[in-house]
Amino acid sequence: MKTRTEIVLAGVGGQGLILIGKIIGEAAALYEGKNAVQTQSYGVASRGGFSKSELVISDEEIAYPEVMEPDLVLALSQQSYDMYRNKIGKNCLLIFDSDTVDSGECSGKAMGYPMTSAAVELHSLKNLNMIALGILSGLTTSRDIFITGFPSYDSIRKSLEQNSPSQYRHQNLEAFEHGFKLP
Amino acid sequence: MTQEIKFLQGNEACLEGALKAGARFYAGYPITPSSEIAEMASQRLPAIGGVFIQMEDELGSMAALVGASMAGAKAFTATSGPGFSLMQENLGLAIMTEAPCVVINVQRSGPSTGLATKPAQADVMQARWGTHGDHAIITLCPTSVQECYDLMIYAFNFSERFRTPVIFLSDEIVGHMREKVVLRDDIPVVDRAFPQCEPNQYKPYKAGDDKVPPMAYFGSEFIFHASSSMHDETGYPNNTSQNADKVIRRLYEKIYDHRDEISITKEFETEDADVLFISFGAAARSAREAVKMLRSGSIKAGLLQINTIWPFPDEKVKRLALRAKVVLVPEMNLGQIINEVIKFSCGTPVFGINKVDSTIITPLEIVNKAKEVLQNA
Amino acid sequence: MPKNIFDYIIEDRLPFFWCEGCGNGIILKSIAQAFADLELEPKNIVVVTGIGCWGKADDYLSTNSLHVTHGRALAAATGVKAVNPNLKVVALMGDGDGVTIGGNHFIHAARRNMDITAIISNNFNYGMTGGQYSGTTPEPSFTATSRYGSVEPPFDICALAKAAGAPYVARATVYHVNLLERYIKNAIQKKGFSVVDVINICPTYYGRFNKLKSPVEMMSWLRDNSTMKLEDGNIYNNRFAIGEFVNEDKLDFSTKYAQLQNNARKLSVQLEQDLSGK
Repeated sequence: MKTRTEIVLAGVGGQGLILIGKIIGEAAALYEGKNAVQTQSYGVASRGGFSKSELVISDEEIAYPEVMEPDLVLALSQQSYDMYRNKIGKNCLLIFDSDTVDSGECSGKAMGYPMTSAAVELHSLKNLNMIALGILSGLTTSRDIFITGFPSYDSIRKSLEQNSPSQYRHQNLEAFEHGFKLP
Repeated sequence: MTQEIKFLQGNEACLEGALKAGARFYAGYPITPSSEIAEMASQRLPAIGGVFIQMEDELGSMAALVGASMAGAKAFTATSGPGFSLMQENLGLAIMTEAPCVVINVQRSGPSTGLATKPAQADVMQARWGTHGDHAIITLCPTSVQECYDLMIYAFNFSERFRTPVIFLSDEIVGHMREKVVLRDDIPVVDRAFPQCEPNQYKPYKAGDDKVPPMAYFGSEFIFHASSSMHDETGYPNNTSQNADKVIRRLYEKIYDHRDEISITKEFETEDADVLFISFGAAARSAREAVKMLRSGSIKAGLLQINTIWPFPDEKVKRLALRAKVVLVPEMNLGQIINEVIKFSCGTPVFGINKVDSTIITPLEIVNKAKEVLQNA
Repeated sequence: MPKNIFDYIIEDRLPFFWCEGCGNGIILKSIAQAFADLELEPKNIVVVTGIGCWGKADDYLSTNSLHVTHGRALAAATGVKAVNPNLKVVALMGDGDGVTIGGNHFIHAARRNMDITAIISNNFNYGMTGGQYSGTTPEPSFTATSRYGSVEPPFDICALAKAAGAPYVARATVYHVNLLERYIKNAIQKKGFSVVDVINICPTYYGRFNKLKSPVEMMSWLRDNSTMKLEDGNIYNNRFAIGEFVNEDKLDFSTKYAQLQNNARKLSVQLEQDLSGK
């Protein structure tokens, strides 16, 4: 039996993927008593360029810190979608932003949501990461696509509050809730 | 008191450990992938009465640590490859003046400026021999965020206990990885021994049986000379060959005589291991996963994880290598620590698993290599 | 308690190891005299030295001292001062140490306005290694590594210090001893980065290579080529303008950092409250 839940959050530098990786990891590690490791890969540019945040969540001690066979991939750019669409297992969920990604054939279960337009309609593109986090939380909360190890809505929300400075807290929560209802 | 539990990056945990150990001075120059440590130090230190100073380069940073240490502060810096190269000059100064301090090197891919944001473990021998002249050095390697915190306290403790710089050899993977960390209070903090004699009797480099001289600080009643150049117990120059021999040997022995106290290793399923992995840093995490995978396929594998890489744990390697059929050394370089392992492997065949493409060695790569060498063993 | 120079200079360690005619002894005596006049306690003084003939000056001192690598005296002094602003920190450097290999630390210590006194023994060459040219060697001087005459223009240490923001900058020579003592005393008293560029003589090397063979000839050379009319001075052409070039008041690093520490204490409490949602 697989004991690790492995998540990849991929897109472009500046989208805030590392922050949502931190939020999910902290939710699992601090509020659900699990072990979690978040790693990241990035280039020299602070904005733009491929950026990736990875999460491993397990009830057991985690030795190898990086993702081996992802259970869930979030793709917020064409490049990141193309990187994973044929590499993932058939049970892996590939969640992508249908506003910015042209979906092609996928070896797993690809599901697109209009994340960019949702973010822009709500506030601005800056909320894209929170919309995406909401979608992941909404999806994994529904019973038919339950992903073992993904933290509960309550834990994610608590972790999100802890990781938002007061001036952005309200807006972040609003975007998260908006995303949560999208699936 | 309840201990705080946090979800932190390795670099952040290094800072928490340093503060817990009593660090109050940081001098450094920004460099990827270590800059988080400087950024956090600049926020946290002044709030607790400490000093953060961004120097003009790493030559100056390292020199400033020595000055700060002599003025009584627990001092540290963080850097990566190119900066670590510049620090070699005054790392030697810290060794010679016996100035306790901690130098964090979050290793990245080289040579030269190389790949600034990508990991490597290729500064192992630089940590040992980077600064010129005969010397001993203590070097600690973390494999997890918790170890970043714990070993950082030990790094300061060893530096204070032995009046020596300690190198904290992290890497980009461990430095940027986030994990749960307990900000524990149960590791006792060690402070440098203050002289017990009368101030006018004080000799800054006169050591007792343990070869570590008590240390005053500038501004105390104990006036002293500290010197980069060859000196005797008084700190003033003494260029006789007898003195040089005595000083160089004492600087070496004060560390090597206490290696049992300094050596930190962890063993995972080594008791009956046919396949023994010896690894450190991020690569040790992959090796641990490989142990699990091999064990689930009924191959008896085990791991010796080296946390104190210098002085090298030769006795432990000897003991474990003797019992194994093969020894494999995964490291993210073209073969550095393997040469130390070979020296103490007692005839057991040793194989390297080396990777320099700036990505972590995967457990599968280790498993495959282990199976391959077992077949031929 | 009144003091004299032997409260700072260890009599037993005399004579100095410097060559006959070298001016370093004159500078060191002037520093000890300044310490004595100011009645400084040796335990509160830290003398930081680098490498070179002048870098050996601490061998004769009974104050605290830290003898470091070539060029890094000011960086080490910065660490000492930042940790304990109550210490009187004096960095002794030659022209090679201070503004050639250590040039970067020099301008940044001045910019940062560390409360450190830098006393530079400027003899226009590297004496300890046999008289090679340095960053202050006048053009076209002859040295062990410029046998055809140096083609590199020298730094004017005082202009450099002034441009980098030092609040006290003065130049004297080892011939003008009273002036030298006065400037060193002023520099030590200055709160902030203070520089005394001391034009020194090196009869063994610089003099010998440049037709100034005896100490007397070199001293005469200083006497005849020094001027207190600033507009008349041109260090690039062996005319030494001596005097105080900058003497102003400016908040030093440690004073400003103490204020920063107070702000940080208040802000970090606020930041914690913000993050805990209070």
